[in-house]
Amino acid sequence: MRIDEEQVRYVAALANLELTADEVRRMARELDQILSYMDKLNELDTEGVEPMAQVLYDADPEATLREDREGPTLSNEVALANAPLKGAGHFKVPKVIER
Amino acid sequence: MDVAALTIDRIREDLAARRYSAAELATAALEFAQAENPKTNAYLHFCPERAMAAARRVDERLARGEDPGPLGGVPVAVKDVILTKDVRTTCASRLLEKYVPPYDATAVARLEEAGAVILGKTNCDEFAMGSSNENSAFGPVRNPVDPERVPGGSSGGSAAAVAQGTAVAALGSDTGGSIRQPASFCGVVGVTPTYGRVSRYGLTAFASSLDHVGPLARNVRDSARLLQVIAGRDPMDSTSAFAPVPDYLAGLDEDIRGLKIGLPKEYFQDLATETGDLVAAAVETLKGLGCEIREVSLPTTEYAVPCYYVICTAEASSNLARYDGVRYTIRAEDAESLIDMYRKTRGRGFGAECKRRIMLGTYVLSAGYYDAYYLKAQRVRTLISRDFQAAFEQVDALVAPVSPFPAFKLGEKIDDPLEMYLSDIYTITGDLAGIPCMSVPCGRTADGLPVGLQILTNHFQEPLMFRIAAAYERAAA
Repeated sequence: MRIDEEQVRYVAALANLELTADEVRRMARELDQILSYMDKLNELDTEGVEPMAQVLYDADPEATLREDREGPTLSNEVALANAPLKGAGHFKVPKVIER
Repeated sequence: MDVAALTIDRIREDLAARRYSAAELATAALEFAQAENPKTNAYLHFCPERAMAAARRVDERLARGEDPGPLGGVPVAVKDVILTKDVRTTCASRLLEKYVPPYDATAVARLEEAGAVILGKTNCDEFAMGSSNENSAFGPVRNPVDPERVPGGSSGGSAAAVAQGTAVAALGSDTGGSIRQPASFCGVVGVTPTYGRVSRYGLTAFASSLDHVGPLARNVRDSARLLQVIAGRDPMDSTSAFAPVPDYLAGLDEDIRGLKIGLPKEYFQDLATETGDLVAAAVETLKGLGCEIREVSLPTTEYAVPCYYVICTAEASSNLARYDGVRYTIRAEDAESLIDMYRKTRGRGFGAECKRRIMLGTYVLSAGYYDAYYLKAQRVRTLISRDFQAAFEQVDALVAPVSPFPAFKLGEKIDDPLEMYLSDIYTITGDLAGIPCMSVPCGRTADGLPVGLQILTNHFQEPLMFRIAAAYERAAA
């Protein structure tokens, strides 16, 4: 058993994901099955093998650098256009600091 | 005009001969697409104003005696994970149902600069996560070949629109086969370019080290025309490649005599099926065209599925963290605190597959498991990539099946996530290695279901890949 319901609730909290009791039950079963399958990776000896985080090609080491110059940008109004709640040029969220 | 039979070359000819205007074509294409859409649900929404404005710009160019652009007047569809300024982009998710992007993806901007007319946004699996298009929050897409069957995924809407004739070509995205697999299921051409060949700016991030934008079209030439327009360095995507973009059309008519083509034996082991027979017949055709066929081995193939699902879920869990109710239109209104708002918004907004992947990704990145899963998978990714480099020292290109089976029935695999993941076995390897690969139709099963032949080449060898695909397409016609 790789993962139980308690661990599912812990990971869901890390992921900021509210799950119903039913989802927790199902998730424990499914994740356990999938993680067991992922353990297949341990059959391979990867001692000394570099991890591949990105597909890389040869390029000038400074190729992606550019002059630090101001370019066009989204206006405050446009950037906030999709906000569920906004005010005074900001995204508004529920109160964070308690008195 | 028969919109469903048009190709890009035909449209260029017709516009030059003034048989119709771009505006007339756009009007007819929109009418046809809207009338046909209930059969497949391929489009989530249309953008007639934007389409007509683009078509009028093409007509103005023509009226001034200018070239209308390489895609002048061509009606195209864009997968709804690719941003379109002022046109809703939902990622087939409830969370983004009302999201209207403030900018265009680079691929979209380049299509329109080249004269393309974007008709609308196509359905897909939510946030491009799925292999059947059944994970869309707005209903599945039906395969135009057989409405009881899935179109594949995640670019199912784009593949179905092209197959149905409601778009001449389309943009899709591919992270683990999401262009090639639906292309094969619907009987169209689908191209996953070299990683970094097409800018990802404006492609909603799923797994950034694996995400690609690529074209779907009715023939090889049209797919090459689209890639020609969208490929190239973009300062807005630091992972986009600097390599110059070659002429993808130049070699299409050349023969392929003497090319060495490798068959990865691991891709043919469990293929005593109609799919296997059709792919074997395609290999015979390539042999008949003068190719030298050799068996090669990609020994780490069987580790590709677990490797891919560790890496893609890890990256997805990070990328999807931004949908927290603060910035993107939808928020749980009954929350008691900020954290509670995040949790409720996400718990209610994401569908089952996105939740599963967020959970898996969070797990494999969490303390105590990072090395065992994530780092291990990245090391295995190196081995998979080395397999391809070793193979390309022996052969010019590889051919393989796209999927172990043709389009399956709606509902057939949706309750078994692992079974669904295993269906990506032949397509995810190319994404992990970052090499160009494509699906070209290679016949139909006895039930009339299309099967795709996959062609893979080394990094930036798209011209060779297109040349082989075009030669095969001509010979198979």
